Order: sequence, then structure tokens, then C-alpha cells
Amino acid sequence: MKALTGSLSWEQRRKLTGLLFVLPTVLFVAVFFIIPLAMTGFMSFHDWPLIGEQSWIGTTNYSELANDRQFRKSLDFTFRYTLFVTPPIFILGFILASLVRHNIRFIGMFRAIFFMPVVIGLGVSSLLWVWMLDQRVGIFNKILLDLHLLDKPQLFLAKPSTAMNVIILSVVWKTVGFTMILLLAGLQSIPDELYESADVDGAGYFRKLFYITLPLMRRTIALALILSVIGSVLAFDQFYIITRGGPRNSTISIVYWIFNNSFVYWKLGYGSAMSIVLLTILMALTSIQYYVLREKE
Amino acid sequence: MIPVHDRQAGLGGLTQQQRRRLQQRALLSLKYLILTVLALLFLFPIAWSLINSLKLPSEALAVPPTYLPTQIVFDNYSELTNYGNYGVAGHVENSTIVALLTVVGSLVLSTLGGYGFARFNFPGKNALFIMVLSTLMIPFQSILIPLFVMLVRFELNDTLIGLALVYITFQLPFGIFLMRNSFLAVPKEIEEAALLDGCSSLSLLYRMMLRLVLPGIVTVAIYAFINSWNEFLAALIFMSDQDKFTLPVFLTLVRSGLWGTVDWGALQAGVIVAIFPCLVVFLLLQRYYINGLIGGAVNN
Repeated sequence: MKALTGSLSWEQRRKLTGLLFVLPTVLFVAVFFIIPLAMTGFMSFHDWPLIGEQSWIGTTNYSELANDRQFRKSLDFTFRYTLFVTPPIFILGFILASLVRHNIRFIGMFRAIFFMPVVIGLGVSSLLWVWMLDQRVGIFNKILLDLHLLDKPQLFLAKPSTAMNVIILSVVWKTVGFTMILLLAGLQSIPDELYESADVDGAGYFRKLFYITLPLMRRTIALALILSVIGSVLAFDQFYIITRGGPRNSTISIVYWIFNNSFVYWKLGYGSAMSIVLLTILMALTSIQYYVLREKE
Repeated sequence: MIPVHDRQAGLGGLTQQQRRRLQQRALLSLKYLILTVLALLFLFPIAWSLINSLKLPSEALAVPPTYLPTQIVFDNYSELTNYGNYGVAGHVENSTIVALLTVVGSLVLSTLGGYGFARFNFPGKNALFIMVLSTLMIPFQSILIPLFVMLVRFELNDTLIGLALVYITFQLPFGIFLMRNSFLAVPKEIEEAALLDGCSSLSLLYRMMLRLVLPGIVTVAIYAFINSWNEFLAALIFMSDQDKFTLPVFLTLVRSGLWGTVDWGALQAGVIVAIFPCLVVFLLLQRYYINGLIGGAVNN
């Protein structure tokens, strides 16, 4: 390097060194992110089978998409799932965050326990839940039968409505710790004096909640909600593993339908067109996130 | 004169102060009660899985299930070693290799890149930094098709290296962001003195800076490990050779009963094997993990 840069001034050498330091990262991101991103758009205008010739077909994939009933069903399902799973995650997350807010004894242990499922893979936790939900060997049926809340074993995954509910239960368990930690950080950033002076004024719990806590946590709440929404729109593992898209294709999420078209039917061009739609939805959501988080008090 | 406690009516003649203290203690007990019940509910799935992995394989299949094992054995774990061509051990090895490659790769790249972005000025620096960070806005799920086509073209599909290369890229935006902040937090004077002494940039980074940004390094390493160990969708797509499956993908084969009827006991043994390293890493280093989460999420 000395030989190479010997004739350069110190300033120039610093510039070159800096560039060399960031070069590997830039190359990785370019090759494994920017190029694939551009290629997704390119491929979406092609008929692109795994083996054989690709051919340019213009916007055919997109017009086919408009007539794809399962795609519309998947969009609808994904949004409904997002709508149903977000409130329980947020509300339970908020309750947990309020419970573990103050540094009382053993609180670190409780925080760790509530957060633990977050570090488990969603695929693995889905394998755990599909077994607990099983009609024959599952613990849920066993407990509900022993408590006489059921008179015969239930097939939780056989009806679309119960399938949705039990998946929501499993995802809440798996992800609520994440929301809890975000909200906890937000709660702890509120100065105690505000609550103390509210106490002096004789404000009750709900008054403090609506006039102090929630307004001051606006940004944190927006962040927790949007991250949870993005995660739900991208859901795949739980449906692939727990319901396998059933019953009657009612739980095929967007990513799942892209997966099927691309890597089961090998319609890679068509899958790319769907990916572009997914990307557009996600970009809209992240724009909202950046917009909400940008406004500073 | 009226005695104080007479003026404070209610609760058996206690003073207001005593009453409030009692009330607070009752509230605190109630809080601990709720926390304990919730904690047990949260622990239950993992504990239940662990208990069942230790049952006799025949008992793990019992309909209806038993609550507690009649005896504690490791048969489910040894059974799991017989699945596939080289059993669970081979897939633990696959996952470990991919995770280690991802950890080392993202550490080297984020440290170099974070240092470069934090301490040097060069043309196009801001544009490149924005390019790296902007990938945070794009879900990797939407670029998996071309990634697959590329890996096939370079004959990197069905290789652990190929999977690790993709995982490293997914880790980079977070890693660069975190390491850049870590380097920015180090006082400049420390470096300037060393640079004036004729120390080269790379040896300065290696000899002095790494120790000062250690918390950042630990955080990047934990995230790289846990995310690559757990990732499911990309691993499912890029690997078609069963022998190359990472642990989570291998376990879906156990679940689908590819090697005979679904062996629930062995599956739960596999779940425990997959969960264990993540829990250990988290419990030992949770401060770094949580700080990374808050720093990464809130500041992005």
C-alpha cells in the first residue's frame, strides 16, 4: 500500500484509505441488494422459467396479477391478519411494559422471560405451536378437555376463523416482547416529576395515561405499531408451517403466494411482478414510518 | 384535641400514612402475582417442549398426552440423530457454519465500513452511506427471486457459503449503522495522537479502536448469530439438497413425517436443540441485545 500511495499527499491518502474501508460493504450491498432489486423489476416483465428461455412479455404478468383470484385473496388475508394481530400485540405489549417499568426486585428476570420468545426463530416457534395445537397429541386440547371447557378434541386448524386465532396467539407469544421493550424505553424516557405533579393535582390512572403517558410516547407508539405492521405484512413462516396455507387456501399470505409461484410452480417472472407489488406496499408503510418519526417536538 | 387517627376515618383506626403504605404493599403484591402468572404462561411452551423431549418416544406420542414424564430419558435426542443422511448433528453443523460465517463476515465488513464512514472524508461518502442504509427500507423477501437466480448462475445455491453471503448482506445496514455510531462516540484526540506517531490506519483500528468499540462489536455479533441461526425463508429457497438444510428447514422435514410417521418427541428434541443456543446467547449478553434493539429501532 505504501508503494501504491507513496506519491500521494497525506490528505489524498486519507481519502483513498476511507474509500477502501467502505468498499467491501458497498460491494456486498450492490451485488446482493441493489442489483437483485433492479433485477426484480427487470424479471417482472419477463416470462422466466427456471429452465429454458426467458422472454420479454411486457406487462402481461401485471395484467395476469389483476385477474389472479388467489393473489387478491392473499392480499385480503394478509391485511386482515395484520389488522387482527396488531392490536393484541400492542395492547399486551403496553400492559407488559407498564408492569415491568419500575426497577423493583426480580424485574430483570421478568423482563427477560417476556422477551425470551423473541430470540427464538419464528420457524422453530411455529413447529412448537403446531404440535401444541394438534388434535391428538396437543396440550391445548388436553387442558381444555380436562377443564371440561371442551367435550371433544378440536381441530383448531381446520376452520379459517380458529386457524387465524391460534396463529395470532402463537405470534403474540413470539413477538410481544419486542413491542414491550420498545414501549418500555418510551415509558422510561418520561420524567417522573410529571407524574408526581399530576399526583399532587389528584389525577387518577386514566387521566395520567391519556394526558401524560400516551401523548409523550407518540413517536414510540408509532414506531412499535409500524414495525409490527411491517412484520405482519411479510408473514410467511407461521402459515407455511402451522396451517400450510389451509384450510382451503384460506391462510396463504402474500409472501407465501409469491413463494408458491416462484419456487413451487417456477414462474419466476410472475413471482417478481408480485414482489414489486409487495415492495410498493412496504415502501408506502416505511414512508409513513419515516414521516411520523421525522417530526420532532 | 382530637387524636390524629380519629380524624382519619376508615380502616380500623390507621393513620393515613399507614393506610397508604398498606395499600402500596397490597398493590405491589398484586403486581408480583400478575407478573408471576404471566411469566409462567410465557415460559410454558418452552418448558412443555423440553419436558416432552425428555419423555420416552412412545410416551411422547401418547393420545391424549400425559402431563409429566413417567421417566426421563434422552431417547428422542438419540432418535433425532438417525434422521436423514447424517442426522441432526449434520444440520446443527450446517447451521453453525452458516452462523459463524455470517458473524465473522458481518463483523469484518461492519467494522471496516463503520470506521470508514465515521472517520474519513472521501467523495461520495454520504451517497454511499445512504445507499447502504436505504436497504433497511426494502424487505429482503421482495428480492429473493433474483438472488436465487444469481446464486444458481454462480453455482452458489446449495452451498453454505452462498447462504452466508446473503445473510451477511442482510446484516450490513444495521451493522454499519451501529459501528459508525460506536466509532463516532470515541474521542478523536486518541486517534490523532497515534496518527501523528506514524501509525497506519489499519493498525490503529486493530490495535486501539477495536477495544474501544467492543460493545458495538458484541451487539453486531449477537444479531448476526441469532438472525442467521433462525432465518427460515431464504434457507428454504436457496437449499434444495437435503444434506445442506439448516436446522429449522430440517425440522420441517421431521414434522412433515418424511422419514415415516411424525415423531413428535424427536421434533420437540429438535426444537430444544434449535432454541438452546439462542437462549444462552441472549441470557448471557442480553444487555447488548436490548441496547442494539432500542438503538437500532429508534434511531433508524
